[in-house]
This record gives sequence, C-alpha cells and structure tokens, in this order.
Amino acid sequence: MTTPIDFKAQLIAEFQLNETRLNGESRSSLHQRRRLALSRFEQLGFPTIRHEEWKYSNVKNLVSQEFNITPSAEISHEDLTSLEIPNLAGNILYFINGQYQPQLSTIVSPADEVEILTFTEGYKKYPALVEEHFAKYADDLNDAFTALNTAFAQYGAFIHVTKGKVVETPIILRFISDARTENVAVQLRNLVIVEEHASVKVAESFRTIGDFSSFTNTVTEAFLGKEANYDHYKVQDESEKAFHIGTTQVHHSDKALSYDTTVTLNGGWVRNNLNLVMGGEYVEAHLTGLYLPNGKQHIDNHTLVDHAMPNSYSNELYKGIMFDKSTGVFNGKIFVREDAQKTNAYQSCKNVLASPDATMNTKPQLEIYADDVKCSHGTTTGQMDEEALFYLQSRGIPKDKGRALLMLAFAEDVVEKIKIPAIREYLESAIAKKVGEV
Amino acid sequence: MLKIENLQASIGEKQILKGINLEVKPGEVHAIMGPNGSGKSTLASVLAGREDYDVTGGSVLFEGKDLLELAPEERAAEGIFLAFQYPVEIPGVSTTNFLKTALNEIRKYQGQESLDAVSFLKRMKEKMKLVNIDQSLLSRSLNEGFSGGEKKRNEVFQMAMLEPKLGILDETDSGLDIDALRIVAEGVNTLRDGERSFIVVTHYQRLLDYIVPDFVHVLYKGRIVKSGTKELALELEEKGYDWIKAEVDALV
Repeated sequence: MTTPIDFKAQLIAEFQLNETRLNGESRSSLHQRRRLALSRFEQLGFPTIRHEEWKYSNVKNLVSQEFNITPSAEISHEDLTSLEIPNLAGNILYFINGQYQPQLSTIVSPADEVEILTFTEGYKKYPALVEEHFAKYADDLNDAFTALNTAFAQYGAFIHVTKGKVVETPIILRFISDARTENVAVQLRNLVIVEEHASVKVAESFRTIGDFSSFTNTVTEAFLGKEANYDHYKVQDESEKAFHIGTTQVHHSDKALSYDTTVTLNGGWVRNNLNLVMGGEYVEAHLTGLYLPNGKQHIDNHTLVDHAMPNSYSNELYKGIMFDKSTGVFNGKIFVREDAQKTNAYQSCKNVLASPDATMNTKPQLEIYADDVKCSHGTTTGQMDEEALFYLQSRGIPKDKGRALLMLAFAEDVVEKIKIPAIREYLESAIAKKVGEV
Repeated sequence: MLKIENLQASIGEKQILKGINLEVKPGEVHAIMGPNGSGKSTLASVLAGREDYDVTGGSVLFEGKDLLELAPEERAAEGIFLAFQYPVEIPGVSTTNFLKTALNEIRKYQGQESLDAVSFLKRMKEKMKLVNIDQSLLSRSLNEGFSGGEKKRNEVFQMAMLEPKLGILDETDSGLDIDALRIVAEGVNTLRDGERSFIVVTHYQRLLDYIVPDFVHVLYKGRIVKSGTKELALELEEKGYDWIKAEVDALV
C-alpha cells in the first residue's frame, strides 16, 4: 500500500537530516536564519487557491508530485550543446541541479571589480556581508516558498560589486535542471550586492533537460547602494513538465537605477514574483516582462513596487501572447506610502489572445497613501488586430506570416531593451520561431 | 483587365452592393463617385478581399481569374493594390521592413527570386522621389504617428514600390490639404503608364482635377446609376448629388 507523499514533510525531514551533517556551522547565524525560515515554512505550509495571492495559480499538482530533493549533478559539455546561447560571452556560471560546475564555467572579471562566487563560498569569505543582507529583503514571513528557499539556502551565486566599479562584462547564471532520469527539485538562492556608484548586468537563464518533472524554487535578492545601477534579466525556457516559482527581490538606496526584465519563453507552470522596495529617494526602476505560453502552460507574473520614499519613478510594461490553451496571470501591485510624495508610477499590461481557448487574468492593484503623486495603470487583453492583419495581407503578405510579423512587433517592445546582445538575439530568434515566423 | 458583373455584397444582414457592373481596361482610370453611404468604399474593400463583407452574388474577373476565390494576399500578388482610406498604424514594424517582406512575398507568388538588398534600396530611392517621402519616415514604425498627409503619401509610395496592375484609391483625398493632395495626385499620375489601371473612389471632384479620369461612375444605393466622362464629375461638383438621387428615386 502506498501512502500519498507529503512534500512538506519530506522537505522538513531533509532539513533535519542535513542539519546533522553541518557540525559547527549549525551554530552560525546564517543557519539560525535558515532555522527561523524553516519554522515559518512549517507554519505557513503550501498556499492553496483560497489564498488571495494564489487564486489563479494552484500549486496542487506541484506539491502532489514526488521529487528527488537532493539530485546529483553529472553532466558533460556535450549534454549541454542543445542549450547553448550563440555568441554568449562574459562571466558565465553553470549550475546543474543547483550545483556549481566550475569546469563548465568562465569567470573573466577581476575580483577587485566584482567578486563572483557560489553562495556557500561567498558566506565563507564574507560572512559579515552575507549576514548583513541575506534574507533581509525577501519576505519569508508571508511567502511559504521564500521561507522554504531561505531554509535551504545553499546553492546559487554570490555577487559583490565593489564601490564605484562599472562592470561592463555581463554575469550570466545558467541554471539547468537535469531531469533525464528522475523528477528533480532544486532550491536556488542568489545574493547580489551592488555597492555605491557601482554598476552591473546580471542575467539568469533557466533551462531543463530530460522528460521528467522539475521544480525550481529560486530567490534572488539584490541590494543596490546609492546611485548603483542594476540591470537584471530573467530568461525562462523550461520544459512542459517544469514547475518554477521564483522571487526577484530588489532593494534600492537613494538614486539607484534598476532594470528588471523577465522573459518566459516556455515553462509548464511558472510563478514569478518581482518585488521592488524603494528604500531611498530619487530611485528609478523599470520593470518589463514578456511571456508567450503555448499548449497548457501556465505563467503567472506578480509584481510589487513599493514606493516607500519620496521622489521616485517606476515604469512597468508587461506583455503577453497567449497561444493554445495556455493560461496567464498578471498581478501588479503598486504601493505609494504616505511619505512617498512626488512619486511617479506607471504600469501597463498588454495581452494578445492568439487562441480562443487561452485565458489571461490581469489585476492591477494601486494603493496610494500620498497625495502629490502621478500614477497610471492600464491593462488590455484582446485578439490580434484584424485590421492590421488585413492591411498586411492587402500588400501581399500571407495571413500566417502577417500574424507572425505583428506578434514579433508586439514582443519587440520588450526585447529591444535587452542590453546583452547575445541574449537579445537568442530571444529574437526563439520568439520568431515560436510565433511561426521561421 | 477587370470585369465586374452583377456584384452583390452585404455586411451582416444589410445588403450594400446590389448589382455592380463595371469593366476596366488596361491603362484606364475610372472614378467612382457618389453620396455618403452609397457603397463606394464597400466596392473597394470587396475588390481587395476584406473579410467583413459577404459576397452574395455576381462575379469579378481579374485578367481572366476569378478574383473572389483568392485570398487578399493572392489578389495583391496578382496585381491589385488598395490604397486605404484609413491606413493602419502598426507599431514595431518599419515601412522598409514591411515593404521588403511584401515585395518578396509577391515575387515568390510570381515565381521570381527575392530582391537583393542593393536592388531593393535602389528601388526605394527611386520611388521615394515620386511622392517626396523622406527616408526618416520610412525607418519609423509603419504609419505610427504619421500625419494624414504622410499616411496617404506612404500609401502611394507603397503602390509605387509594389507596381500593381490595378490601383484602387479609396478616398485618398479625404483629410488632405491642397498641397498634400497635389503631391499624392502627382505620384499617382507618374504611375500612369498606359498599362496600369486605376479605380479612384472619391466623394469630391477636387481630386479629379489632378487625376483626370477616363470615366466617371456615380454609385447610389449600391448600384451604378450614371456613367460618363470627366464632365460628369464637373456637373456633380456644380449641382451636387440631389438631382441624381431624385432621378433614381423617381424610377422606383
């Protein structure tokens, strides 16, 4: 007789088992923080659709699957050829099922400009710095997956950009779930610290190989010092059987500038949280997103812009093209706190339903407590513009090609802003393929 | 070249074209005039293949082929060009890129090789002069933020690029001041080469001062009720449409 597996119990048991292997490290403040997070996870449990934040995204299918939560990582260069991004150059780090692969990775930037380490190495080398920032921004009090992630924080990258340094060479984190032999679950935790007047570009790429299920629970916290510039990309191209829950948390100091771009090409079931907290004045933040689900894929983007201080600017644009029976969610929250006078906050979400069976749920949420602010929001969801399509046809462009051309143009708004050329080109060709242009 | 017989078309339940007969020979310019709501733009749209209309009867032969059987893009490739009354704004697609795609799709349909970049640019430069259109306009998104005059000039420019056998101008004069009108008309006139034909749909005579038609037809209540030469247009300018309406309505 088999009993239904209890994913939560399995994770807690693994945590406890793991703890026995830590020896002295178990008394470290990092581990105490993990413990706190685990107890929060225990209390919270996995959310159900009765939870307002999870109304349209049911984790039932995820938590009822059996995963190996400590998968191994054995992979060769040849196994990765199908995942290559042409002409990609820079600091490239490979993580297979969470584990860093130095033999596949390249780090070219000098350490006095930027330290690029694994999370574990980062803690060993800079314990005080990690303790100052780790789990200080991402909310593990209310978010069960963040709590779980914090409890298991071990795999991922530590990036520290030295004060005043402009890192021209991008940092590309390639997270690959190897689901060739079994269902795998991986927790990834990244910490990015960009000191005053420093600047960096970080891209996270998520891929899967194999036909089994994968579950990625990832949290990237970024702390931006005064006048720091942060250009962050999250690019997802995972399998139909991939579950992905991710939180990108950004904390701004005065005059920090951030760009967050999230592009989801594929993924069975995806939930992206992008949370920005403006802890300083004169902050400028750009949030852009693009998602193109097909089949029965489900893609949920939750964004939160917290204008906690005055005189800041945020601009958000999310776009989706929904194919087949796919479902999508956009939930965009903007808080303008009482003190946050002279806030400018803009939000827009535009969706094209390329199939009558696709569904999109959009929910802008503006909570404004200050009186001298400029805020606007708008969401649209509709069919392809038939008049535009006829215009193209009347010039000799076949309907399918015209449709693809219009979708590409729609997506280009987001893609053209990507400042890492190899990633932009890779996305352009992947999107062209997806919309049927190629 | 074009032979329309007893063409009937409706939108939803409403019949708009109630039996149009018209023959256009190579090199001819036919003006279609008529009061608002008479079916002028419907005729232009039906010829270009707009799906909103149901053709309920009659036939249209273009160079011997059954036009009504062809998709809009096939009609374009066979040599029909519709200059829109309201050209569509398409963000993210530059006019240049759009025209390159269109031209090469048409060439593919006709069994020709794609035009190489150099020849394409040469052709662009040549045709730009015709309608006095600026390069900067063409690298922008198609019609996005263009003025009324720029949009119409762009239509004629596209026509020049695609070199159709039959150009249909749907109220190309609407919303144009006299200078823009003259530029657009001159562009069209340079495309008159004795072979290429035009159907000019217009409410007003003023466009026909510049594009002089061989024939003028008056459309009223979905039928051509009067045909003549360019003098008919002048008469309409002078007397309006009421006398024609009265004549037709008296017969029913």
